Amino acid sequence: MQLEPRLHTPLWMTLGAPIIAVLFVLVLCGGLISWAGAPLFESYIALFKGAFGSKFAIAETLVRATPLMLTGLAAAVAFRAKLWNIGGEGQLYMGALAATYFGTGLVTLPAPLMIPFLFFVGALAGGFLLLVPTLLKTRLNVDEVVTTLLLNFIVLLLANYLLFGPWKDPMAMGWPQGAPIIDEGILPNLVAKTRLHGGLIFAVIASVCVWIVMTKTKWGLEIRAVGLNPEAARFGGIPINKTILRTALISGGLAACAGVTEVAGTKEYLTLDISPGFGYTGIAVAMLAGLNPLGVIVAALFIAGIYNGADSMSRAMDVSNYIADVITAASLLMVMLAVMLTRMRIRFS
Amino acid sequence: MAEPEIVLRINKITKKFGNLVANDAISFSLEKGKVLSLLGENGAGKTTLMNVIFGHYTADEGFIEINGQRLKASNPAEAIALGVGMVHQHFTLADNLTVLENIILGTEALWQWRQDKRTARDRLEHLAKEYGLHVNPDSRVKSLTVGEKQRVEILKALYRGAKILILDEPTAVLTPQEADQLFATLRDMIAQGLSVIFISHKLGEVMSIADDVVVLRHGKLVASFPIAEASREIIAEKMVGEVVPAPKREIMAAGDLLLKLENVQIKGTTGQPLLKDVSLNLSRHQILGVAGVSGNGQKALSDLISGMIKPDEGSLSLKGTRVDHFDPRDMIAHGIGRVPEDRHTEGVVGDFSIKENLVLESYEEARFSRWGWLQNNTITDHAKRLIAAFDIRGADPETAIRGLSGGNMQKVILARVLDNNPEIILANQPTRGLDVGAATFVHEKLFSAKAAGAGVLMISEDLEELLAVSDRISVMYHGQISEPIPVEDVTLQQLGLLMSGEGFHSSSRESHHAA
Repeated sequence: MQLEPRLHTPLWMTLGAPIIAVLFVLVLCGGLISWAGAPLFESYIALFKGAFGSKFAIAETLVRATPLMLTGLAAAVAFRAKLWNIGGEGQLYMGALAATYFGTGLVTLPAPLMIPFLFFVGALAGGFLLLVPTLLKTRLNVDEVVTTLLLNFIVLLLANYLLFGPWKDPMAMGWPQGAPIIDEGILPNLVAKTRLHGGLIFAVIASVCVWIVMTKTKWGLEIRAVGLNPEAARFGGIPINKTILRTALISGGLAACAGVTEVAGTKEYLTLDISPGFGYTGIAVAMLAGLNPLGVIVAALFIAGIYNGADSMSRAMDVSNYIADVITAASLLMVMLAVMLTRMRIRFS
Repeated sequence: MAEPEIVLRINKITKKFGNLVANDAISFSLEKGKVLSLLGENGAGKTTLMNVIFGHYTADEGFIEINGQRLKASNPAEAIALGVGMVHQHFTLADNLTVLENIILGTEALWQWRQDKRTARDRLEHLAKEYGLHVNPDSRVKSLTVGEKQRVEILKALYRGAKILILDEPTAVLTPQEADQLFATLRDMIAQGLSVIFISHKLGEVMSIADDVVVLRHGKLVASFPIAEASREIIAEKMVGEVVPAPKREIMAAGDLLLKLENVQIKGTTGQPLLKDVSLNLSRHQILGVAGVSGNGQKALSDLISGMIKPDEGSLSLKGTRVDHFDPRDMIAHGIGRVPEDRHTEGVVGDFSIKENLVLESYEEARFSRWGWLQNNTITDHAKRLIAAFDIRGADPETAIRGLSGGNMQKVILARVLDNNPEIILANQPTRGLDVGAATFVHEKLFSAKAAGAGVLMISEDLEELLAVSDRISVMYHGQISEPIPVEDVTLQQLGLLMSGEGFHSSSRESHHAA
């Protein structure tokens, strides 16, 4: 059996390969579920029901997908420019901190202004947070993988300090949480009796906007050129450092918006557990989406569905919900493998 | 007379990619101790055929025999085991490893508990001596010249026991001296019983080294004969299908001064001098050729004029105005068209479409982007126009440029550069790796730019090209540049001497005094 490069990949293959890969993963993980002693078919039914089986389940999946779309976009944009932003988690918390700082009474605007204002200050805070390691990269050639990763812990510890100290809400019965976001800053509820909030609309619009920027504007051209071949980009006159810094602002800003949606939408106040690693999972979302901003929407829905589904499967079937991590990780590997294989032709000799 | 011993037999090999027939029922055979030259234009199917032989591709039809043994599964490991060694046009060496490590890479584990590098070193040194391939086994590959890297590639193949050596465009990256050295090495190898397939499109060298010639055109074998029965004209005609007259240089009076370098000094990152006291003048209607062995400062000179680096001392003036700010975009705005030395790294973004590559330098112009929005229709029309005007074959504005052949990729770069009507053209190795047809095309374009009033600075390692195209020729040696010599007065000997550093001593002493 031989693999050969293929000149053109048909569209059905590009779209079909990830689906086949995911089905394959479900078959593989079926082994783990059976091993855990649960009936396979019922378990997957429980997983699917937990993810998309009811109005409530769909709403919860969408709530979870919202920050994942934003952190996924953050990673997708940065990775396009080969800026390895592993700091989505820290930027998310930075956005949440900014939203808390400005959104708990310091500034009061009518809701149509207050909500965009919170996204704006959040994005600014996250963008500037990523600007620091990016400047170290462009000026001093410091590896941003290390610096962005370590900044996550710094920001999380800062949030810890603030929530146990100066920002601790005296009304919270001793829990380390921030004061509630004022009513004008709360993202509107979309479906009654669910937690689904307007952050979803923001995230979807953001995905479409990022897609437009990447494909239709000169900023997108610059970002892609710098990522694909920095030497040719520089030779052609594209300002490399400026482009990378701009990418950092966009990427950090998008990840920070995930913090805003969580503080101003899902929780309505800052806690230390607003993100179960959304910043890191965003990297998986972006890779699963092939760094395509529109693909990020689908990938975020998929991963959010898997996590929520696995939670309810674990409740119903007593299978550890770590299966969600296994499915996500395996899907990531399989989808990347499948996408690679669509560029190949298999021959039997 | 004894029957000639056939070491490699290609039998009716057909290879298709989709609708494209890259190889169409090709058959020929290679005799032991002979050099077979495989000729053809870019895209004729030479590289595909070699990849089939080496086992990178599986043929759709036909088979290959090595020493009478048919290759079963096409895999490189089997080809290597049967003694096929391949030296690619683009080297496959790890820059940060030493020569010795590169050679044992893939044959032995690099990180053994107890590394037995001594036997490897002995074998390497033995091979190097036997074939006259001198390289220091402990040098890092990144510090080697192109010619040395190629020697390492050949040594790598020999180390793995190659008896049939396939060289893909080996001289494309070499200076004449290095090429001569390579030919001497090849003759040694043949004398020792090795057989060589030599892929090329340079007729001169083919005539001097090959025993047999096989010509491919559009995937078909169009001719196969012993070199004794061939002439340059016949081979050229078989390759291109028709006789292409080389464009003639037209003598023109030099116009106003366009580009002036005065006493430019540039130091590298570790302080080593890259350019030493370089002065030159370039006028309208003139082509100034810069000869020299690769690595003697051509890169720094080209980077300087491209705006990639700035001078540490001295000045660069354009039409009498001193340039103080060095940036690629500024240089483009000053009317300098730049054809970079390395198409793949600096010339194009391989994964970008052809139309995106065509606007890589000009996307900020109002016609291509407005308020930050790319004007997609204009960009597509622009690409269509240039694809037609520059006869870029197999090209659609939307396809990724990486799929184009070297010649067509170079046409894209030329189209991008010349469409701006530059007054100064920096052409660094503009025909490296191109076939006769594509090289002629490039020369025609440079001539017409010259006629239109441009000044061309052409850096090349191909002396034939320099003598055919330039009005004056300077030589670079260890970061210095010689006084230009009118092409009518120059001899190959003179250039050869300058390239090896004769005549540079006095100026180097002067610069020492100055420092």
